[in-house]
Amino acid sequence: MFKRFNERWEVKKITDITELKKKAIDLRRDTLKMLTKAGSGHTGGSLSVIEIMALLYYQRMNIDNRDPRRKDRDKFILSKGHACPALYAILADLDFFPREELWTLRKLGSRLQGHPQLGLPGVEISSGSLGQGLSISVGMALADRMDDLNTRIYCLMGDGETNEGQVWEAAMTAAHYKLASLCGIIDCNKLQIDGRCCEVMNPGAHAKKWESFRWHVIEADGHDFKELQNAFDEAAAVLDRPQMIIAHTVKGKGISFIENQVAWHGIAPKKDELNKAFAELDKQRKALDG
Amino acid sequence: MDWGGKDKVSTRDGFGKALLELGETNKDVVVLSADLTESVRAHWFKEKFPERFISHGVAEQDMIGAAAGMALSGKVPFACTFGAFASGRAWDQVRISVAYMDLNVNIAGTHGGISVGADGATHQSLEEVTLMRVLPNMTVVVPGDAEEAFLATKQAAEMPHPVYLRLGREAAPMFKNNPGFTIGKASVMVPGDDLTIVVCGHMVLKAMAAAEELAKKNISARVINLHTPKPIDKETLIKAATETGAVLTVEEHAVAGGMGSAVAEVLVENRPVPMKLMGMKGKFGVSGEPDKLYEFFHLTERYIVEEAEKLIARK
Ligand SMILES: Cc1ncc(C[n+]2csc(CCOP(=O)(O)OP(=O)(O)O)c2C)c(N)n1
Repeated sequence: MFKRFNERWEVKKITDITELKKKAIDLRRDTLKMLTKAGSGHTGGSLSVIEIMALLYYQRMNIDNRDPRRKDRDKFILSKGHACPALYAILADLDFFPREELWTLRKLGSRLQGHPQLGLPGVEISSGSLGQGLSISVGMALADRMDDLNTRIYCLMGDGETNEGQVWEAAMTAAHYKLASLCGIIDCNKLQIDGRCCEVMNPGAHAKKWESFRWHVIEADGHDFKELQNAFDEAAAVLDRPQMIIAHTVKGKGISFIENQVAWHGIAPKKDELNKAFAELDKQRKALDG
Repeated sequence: MDWGGKDKVSTRDGFGKALLELGETNKDVVVLSADLTESVRAHWFKEKFPERFISHGVAEQDMIGAAAGMALSGKVPFACTFGAFASGRAWDQVRISVAYMDLNVNIAGTHGGISVGADGATHQSLEEVTLMRVLPNMTVVVPGDAEEAFLATKQAAEMPHPVYLRLGREAAPMFKNNPGFTIGKASVMVPGDDLTIVVCGHMVLKAMAAAEELAKKNISARVINLHTPKPIDKETLIKAATETGAVLTVEEHAVAGGMGSAVAEVLVENRPVPMKLMGMKGKFGVSGEPDKLYEFFHLTERYIVEEAEKLIARK
């Protein structure tokens, strides 16, 4: 496992897909343990974003854990702030802050707030009020372009989150200003709080919507590293417009009794459920070790 | 700032001229506007610094978010639109993307108050001080004349925290003697011992005229220009309450949660004295000429004198 990045972004990347899969299992383990220790939090939507975020953090982004606010860094904007356990697990693993802090999630005095707060190293924005991250990403892309910085800005949203009107304002602005450095990702897990997205507020065809807003749209399996790699490669090659990766995912991915369950949106595993989940992750890990 | 000998200039003009100067002196200053560029007086900046001007369309929530993103990337943004939309439509964006992150985002809301006139209630914002001062980290400034608006804008750019500027549409009389302007420090415009009139924005000169009338009746009124309702200058207010024993507040804004409420919050805990809060009470504005509206809503010198006399009787 790599620990430090150096000044020239010579990040020791994880290129091997099996290694990435192992990393995803470890991240699921930490995410679930944090949630159980906290006693509350958002399990389903944290598990559905693991592969997307792992690929970005362990393979794609130029970031610096010794200088988290370095001006020329790439930025990951977690617009669906409730998925922060996954973000915290990654940032701790990348030494942005001590791993022990993971177990303070949601406790009084912790830097690991229930929704991310600016100030914890590696966290780019405070989020939790859905719909605001893409606008902030637009501002960052505009500012970095003014400063001739060659950065990439990734913004991860939920599919339910795109019910918010502000998202579509930002969609318009990003296209108007041809913000090619901006890559959005929709974690399309097809569930929100009240039920299935198509029943709560049917979004229609995501891809056509973003295309009509003049974004370059790519669809991918959000748990398949190979497909995600191809999607991010394709996105990076687009130079005249923002890109949207519609990542098809499973809410609660990786744990059989959490997958696709509306009820698992906003609750944490109890101790016995955590043990059952760990047993499933152990099996997955053994399968990879072959 | 040289106002070319004009004695009436709007506070939005003061803001726009400051932007132009900031454009020269601070290369990080950027201006975002939601399809009201001339109305908010951002057009001078836009002409001179087009590469630092963002036309944001009629999308206030996105504009506030983008301003936050620009601040996070080291810019000093001024996001401009009418106060009703800056403070109301985009309130949650201001709350989370700006105030919670404590960013150097400057929000200019023009067309504050009933003096907007003919456009009517939808455009006469009466709630900005209330909505903005409730937010931690936020500074709220209501300049009284164009020079104050000019200085407030320049000072806001220097503060590494969010600032909301409440600006007016109408050309308004300039102060004759400006006692100096610093965000956060109330200005004593007129000395006096019998009561204090705390006032901000376009009402400052009306209160000073009322003080002159009161002087003719042997009532000595102190006039305090509380151009910064937040953070509030407690010291000046407590001193005034102690020395004069009665406080009248006057604002072109809802009294619920407004500047007067902010004064009352300070005094009720520190130096309770008889008070009267003048302003908009439980009503939306209406269309009309500004001067007729001031009269209609009892916000003129005459009514200030009347309320001051009634208040003194309660001492
Ligand atoms: C503005 C806003 N409204 C409501 C909520 C409450 N909320 C939290 S998560 C959520 C559902 C979001 O669904 P989705 O974006 O699909 O997230 P996921 O299913 O991936 O967890 C809601 C309504 C919120 N956080 N912010």
